[in-house]
Amino acid sequence: MAETLPVDSTAKLAMERESAMGWRWAGTAALIAVAVLLPFTLSNYHVFELTQVMIYAIAVLGLNILTGYNGQISLGHGGFFAAGAYTAAILMHRYGVPYWATLPPAALVCFALGVLFGLPALRFEGPYLALVTLAMAVAMPQLLKYFDALTGGNQGIVLVKPLPPPELGIDRDRWLYFLVLLVLLVAIRVAANLLNGRTGRAFVAIRDQPIAAAAMGINTARYKTLAFGTSTLFTGAAGALAAIVIGFVAPESFSLFLSLSFLVGSAVGGIATIGGAIVGGFFIEFVPNFANDISDAAPWAIYGLAMLLFMYVLPRGVVGTLGPRLAHAIQELRSARRGAND
Amino acid sequence: MHQLLQQIFSGLAAGAVYASLALALVMIYRATDLVNFAQGEMAMFSTYIAWTLVNAELPFWAAFVITLAVSFVGGMLIERIVIRPVENAPILTAVVVTIGLLLIFNATAGWIYSYTLQEFPSPFPDRPLFGALMTTRDMGVIAVTLAMLVALFCFFRFTATGLAMRAAAQNPESARLSGINVGRMLALGWGFAAAIGAVAGIMVAPVLFLDPNMMSGVLLYAFTGALLGGITSPVGAVIGGLIVGVTENLVGTYLIASQLKLTVALILIIIVLVFRPNGLFGTAVVRRV
Repeated sequence: MAETLPVDSTAKLAMERESAMGWRWAGTAALIAVAVLLPFTLSNYHVFELTQVMIYAIAVLGLNILTGYNGQISLGHGGFFAAGAYTAAILMHRYGVPYWATLPPAALVCFALGVLFGLPALRFEGPYLALVTLAMAVAMPQLLKYFDALTGGNQGIVLVKPLPPPELGIDRDRWLYFLVLLVLLVAIRVAANLLNGRTGRAFVAIRDQPIAAAAMGINTARYKTLAFGTSTLFTGAAGALAAIVIGFVAPESFSLFLSLSFLVGSAVGGIATIGGAIVGGFFIEFVPNFANDISDAAPWAIYGLAMLLFMYVLPRGVVGTLGPRLAHAIQELRSARRGAND
Repeated sequence: MHQLLQQIFSGLAAGAVYASLALALVMIYRATDLVNFAQGEMAMFSTYIAWTLVNAELPFWAAFVITLAVSFVGGMLIERIVIRPVENAPILTAVVVTIGLLLIFNATAGWIYSYTLQEFPSPFPDRPLFGALMTTRDMGVIAVTLAMLVALFCFFRFTATGLAMRAAAQNPESARLSGINVGRMLALGWGFAAAIGAVAGIMVAPVLFLDPNMMSGVLLYAFTGALLGGITSPVGAVIGGLIVGVTENLVGTYLIASQLKLTVALILIIIVLVFRPNGLFGTAVVRRV
């Protein structure tokens, strides 16, 4: 295409792209600045809540890679979240590993679990995959209770909350906030690189046209398994962070409901978007609280109604529906301004 | 041998309940390509309606019939009001809507009826049958399920509405072109599914006791049964449900302590599915490229 355009037009396109990139960088920098300054204006409790939001966002980001970009529905990501949390907890509690060093092994364990799970999942589609992953979510608490020598059974494991490095002069809640923020930023960067490149295109091609993708030489089995492993790697890392931040793991915290919450967060944010994961994190953390404020009697009914409303008004999720509109509006604004300049 | 047969029969009685709910799932899946996660909670809510009626001194079978009618209308209304707006939305959107319904039903039941366990009367006396091989209660559950299946089969096989519903599920475009109101057929499908679920709920409530969370396990078994049989096949759903009931019982008796029963049963079924990815009676989906 580019060869057929006149030279000045190609140059214009490149300039336009550069200016769009500039805007994007400025926006990202502003968001990060807000995220860094925010904890100094909030109470400890709110800082803790925001930390939870970011942990959920990382988990939902993992689910988005699998469900949004690769089209494989998982109802079992709570199980992988639990696996990550327990890996971190057992390493810290039994082997005295420092908390920051538990993240890579937890992520790796979940990557391996995801790949193992992804292999039989290659044969399943739609509701069948949903069942297999659902089985994972249901089985996980039972298994955690059963192997109580390692997991502490019903009582779970109580962990010592990590101390912040004294030279920073911030308290524990804020330190954990920054730790999680750092992981979230790295996760977003990694996900963006992965999804905007060759691998991401392969994921999407498999989701939209599996046969055509295979015909074009994409190894569907390899990429589907890779999508599963990457997805559970993110979710497992989020689980490990949850164990560190909350300082406690127990089988009952990882019920089927957690898996469903991830799916809901993913759909509300926008399944095939990266920004949607953050919106999803906010939804999972705050909407149940709002529902509680509205009605003491049946808060979960209000939560369910909120889910229905979101899906009616924004069927492709907040970022999935509003994102393209926003981009379009900016485009319009820019071309209008250029018209005025000419 | 006697114990084995006993376990198989009580597994069949549990399986009959799973089979009913599995059938409800399959009906909705065939019509709208959607797994209705709220099916179990809808059944639970229907059972509470029956419980209210029985407590109001109505004879059991009168309460049964009224509950079925109310559930039927309720199911149709849910399709019209809640599901219709997301009919053409991405599949995950529809899934989230049914999860929302699940929460709404669960919380509303807890709010109206509280979360305490309630005893639910069984219409069948509890006496041993055939030399203690099974109880009259199990026999009753199996008989009611069978009667319902026969009635449904006759409806779909011999009535014009049944034919229209099958056509609408199989090929909506062609059905619409030959003058079938596909929207109404979908609503009818949801109505039937809700009524079938109500039967399952009423049959299982005397065993599990009535509380807002009673159907979550049953739904999982039903889902497993539906997939094992093949999510597109009603006959498969019934047989799948029965197999799941018997497997669950045998695994719990002979293989492993009951805490891991569910896990082991699920793993066994997944192994079967690895070898038959479309279920035992499902047909492979052939796509035009």
